[in-house]
Amino acid sequence: MEAVRQLLDTSIAERRDSILIKGKQKKQLRCDTDSVAGCVSQRACVYCGARVVLNPVTDAVHLVHGPIGCSSYTWDIRGSLSSGSELYRNSFSTDLKEKDVVFGGEKKLTFAIDELAAKYRPQVVFVYSTCIIGVIGDDLEAVCKAVARRHNIEVIPVQSSGFIGNKSAGYRAACDALLRLIAPGDKRKIAKSRSINYLGDFNLAGEAWIIKNYLKEMGIGLNVTFTGDSSYNALKKAPGACLNIVQCAGSMAYLAERMAELYGIPYLQVSFLGVEDTSSSLRKIAAFFDDDDITRKTEALIVRETEQVKPVIEAYRERFAGKKAAIYVGGGFKAISLIKQFKEIGIDVVMIGTQTGRKDEYQTINELVDDGTVILDDANPTELERFMVEQGAHLLVGGVKERPLAYKLGMAFIDHNHDRKHPLSGYVGAVNFAGEVEATLCSPVWKYINSPSVWNDEDSPGGAFDGTSAL
Amino acid sequence: MELQHCKNVNENPCHMCMPMGAILPFKGIERSVVLIHGSQGCATYMRRHIAEHYNEPIDVGSSSLNEKGTIYGGENNLKQGLDNLIKLYQPGLIGVLTTCLAETIGEDIDRVAADYLLERGLANLPIVTVPTPGYGDSHAEGYWFAVKRVIACLARKTEKHRKINVIVPNLSPADIREIKRILGLMQVDYTLLSDFSETLDRPFARPYKKIPDGGTRLADIIRMPGAPATIQFGITAADSISPGKYLETEFGVPLYNLPIPMGVAATHSFIGVLMKITGNPVPEVLERERGRLLDCMIDSHKYNAAGRSVIFGDPELVYAMTRTCLENGVFPVVVATGGRTAKLAELLEPEFRSMQREVQIINEADFAEIREKSREMKANIAIGHSDGRYLTEKEGIPLVRMGFPIHDRVGGQRLLSVGYVGTAMFLDRVTNTLLEHKLTGYRSSMHRRFYLGAEEKPPALGES
Repeated sequence: MEAVRQLLDTSIAERRDSILIKGKQKKQLRCDTDSVAGCVSQRACVYCGARVVLNPVTDAVHLVHGPIGCSSYTWDIRGSLSSGSELYRNSFSTDLKEKDVVFGGEKKLTFAIDELAAKYRPQVVFVYSTCIIGVIGDDLEAVCKAVARRHNIEVIPVQSSGFIGNKSAGYRAACDALLRLIAPGDKRKIAKSRSINYLGDFNLAGEAWIIKNYLKEMGIGLNVTFTGDSSYNALKKAPGACLNIVQCAGSMAYLAERMAELYGIPYLQVSFLGVEDTSSSLRKIAAFFDDDDITRKTEALIVRETEQVKPVIEAYRERFAGKKAAIYVGGGFKAISLIKQFKEIGIDVVMIGTQTGRKDEYQTINELVDDGTVILDDANPTELERFMVEQGAHLLVGGVKERPLAYKLGMAFIDHNHDRKHPLSGYVGAVNFAGEVEATLCSPVWKYINSPSVWNDEDSPGGAFDGTSAL
Repeated sequence: MELQHCKNVNENPCHMCMPMGAILPFKGIERSVVLIHGSQGCATYMRRHIAEHYNEPIDVGSSSLNEKGTIYGGENNLKQGLDNLIKLYQPGLIGVLTTCLAETIGEDIDRVAADYLLERGLANLPIVTVPTPGYGDSHAEGYWFAVKRVIACLARKTEKHRKINVIVPNLSPADIREIKRILGLMQVDYTLLSDFSETLDRPFARPYKKIPDGGTRLADIIRMPGAPATIQFGITAADSISPGKYLETEFGVPLYNLPIPMGVAATHSFIGVLMKITGNPVPEVLERERGRLLDCMIDSHKYNAAGRSVIFGDPELVYAMTRTCLENGVFPVVVATGGRTAKLAELLEPEFRSMQREVQIINEADFAEIREKSREMKANIAIGHSDGRYLTEKEGIPLVRMGFPIHDRVGGQRLLSVGYVGTAMFLDRVTNTLLEHKLTGYRSSMHRRFYLGAEEKPPALGES
């Protein structure tokens, strides 16, 4: 059990229960807890969680009530696309200063919403609470209510003070805000339809549109996506859908459960990452409708798309033989999908972790990975570095903060963050994913970094000293 | 000339918060790490923002304050954070920054830090505390204040020596390397603070080190009070946060507070002061570089004359870029900074008055206002950090990326813009952007105007 002993020898005692090696220990991974001080967690805050979930609501004013930084670091950094309004791409802030903190920010907030309501005439304003609002005690509810009445619009407070939990608490705060938004005045007046809601897709690089097109071909109408390319009016119709399909469960499982309770809408867990997941999810949706026409169209779509992409992915697969991947991403859903996607292209996962994965998700991860894989929750750069190197990973999947670490270690990297500019969903996404793996893993640059700088070595990839062997 | 105003809503910010600016100088001090006392998100957002600009791993600890810590005080979190950070990094110095949250709940970080060192028997580990509430000032003030606090905490009265203090604002690592090269050419002994020229733009090397090599040596910072003089590129920094001013007042080190050496005049001032302090001659290589810059300026002057620039970002850099644009006839029509720096307008006003050119100088600017003024003043080239892409998207004004952050292009850390060499490179970037824009649009615009005889109207932005 040398490996386990070494593993437990991480220098931070509080972190030991958050790391395990599959097959070597029986223990349950500790997750969904507060980050340990000084460990250099990669996690963001409650506000961040709330903002990423709500921001794709295109025609809303997103107003951050707090000091400037919270707004500055989140201005238009997400790659969510819109087919209509571009209002969501602005970052509004009450830019609180010292005197506001002393005397309270309610007045400034009121004026700010007044100004924005007059200038943009939005139907809905989301007001995000930040750390200090929770401390100075501004009554967000009261301010929002008063201003909403005056302008005859909806002004919804988002309880996202940074210290009240981790990023997951922000997802929940966002879902609560969405529940308020979609709540009909009179439940009996909900117009029920045959169309479905799609929860947990933020339309990064048009991903929600890709799925919408699949559904359309299958003969199923998409009511609204939470929240990619959504709008006030579309969200209002959400309670009338006959089914919710949920992709990003970390952020949206709670909303799906609440909508089942409140409006009797059943939900299905789906995933459109990778060929296998996409096909099985489309079948699952078709099965729900139990309609021959839908089933036939779905099978036709799956056959056509699979035939198109399978040979492309097969060709990539051959190039990746023997390669190992490390994964460190935000949520459990993404991590699980990635394990399957790597399987499709013949790459073993040797390290996997998330910032906010839940117990059940880690259970699934544990079932999917091979013995010897390191699984870790809320990791820090020191742990990522150590396990990527020890496990012999050739590439890392992560976000912006992890990218330079991989590169400094001379390792390939896959961007799986909200800022990416290419879709990873559906069949087209599966090909993109394999293509990105190829672009980074098989790049010629690695051949140079692995050679010593011996200036007169003819075998060095830098070429011979005399300049005769042009590359 | 127009000064500002108080408004209730900031629409697309042109500045960042105080702790963000305070992280950067610590990244250029040997073996130093930073702990932010506040909720977890602050550290993460700032790390992300900095990492994406420099393409370097940016490790910053957080005391990860939760609800309990917020109500009952964050002392335990802070101490645990220091423990863990020391275990993970074995630092030579720790910077402890506060946040909105820590300041609002009234955390006394000085006392906690002192207690901590005593309890753990770590008398030799310097902890530099910097109160940086996010609602206090902008990142630019955070930067200067952190540098001042580093000196205030470390510097000791010491015997006179030959090393000149050189204090730099948030420049690119390439710019700092260029300043060091000029100092080398002038045969000057110096202590440069904060020197992130290697740490935030490190060469690929194995094995990977969690704290990169390089940075200003602690031993040198301690001896800064014995310097013959301080050169500080910080004319927009208020005296209360000015590190050079502090060394002058507390230790009597003469201060030469200069603009960033960008452009002919400012580079000349820098070299002139070096000559004056050391008595060393200016080497021929610098003369040739100066001549080459003048040649570049002449070659480009007619293209530059078409430029009406909107300049924004950190006040110190904005001042330098504005002066450089004025030297070259790329006339600034809008000059903006997100913070409350009164000095910027004070310093620039006489320059514009003497040239009888109209300009909008905006303090506490946001991008909505910068956009509005740019349109009003018919700006046709934007110079500043990458958030200015908004001006390109909305108004078709091309952007020359300068300063921090640059998130949508690579190489922000390698942009060279100071000294004679750097100024020429900066000018080329500006001139070529003007040219590219002119050359893309002129065929269709001439065709429209003279062949089709379309009614003459002012060219849309994005055409010449």
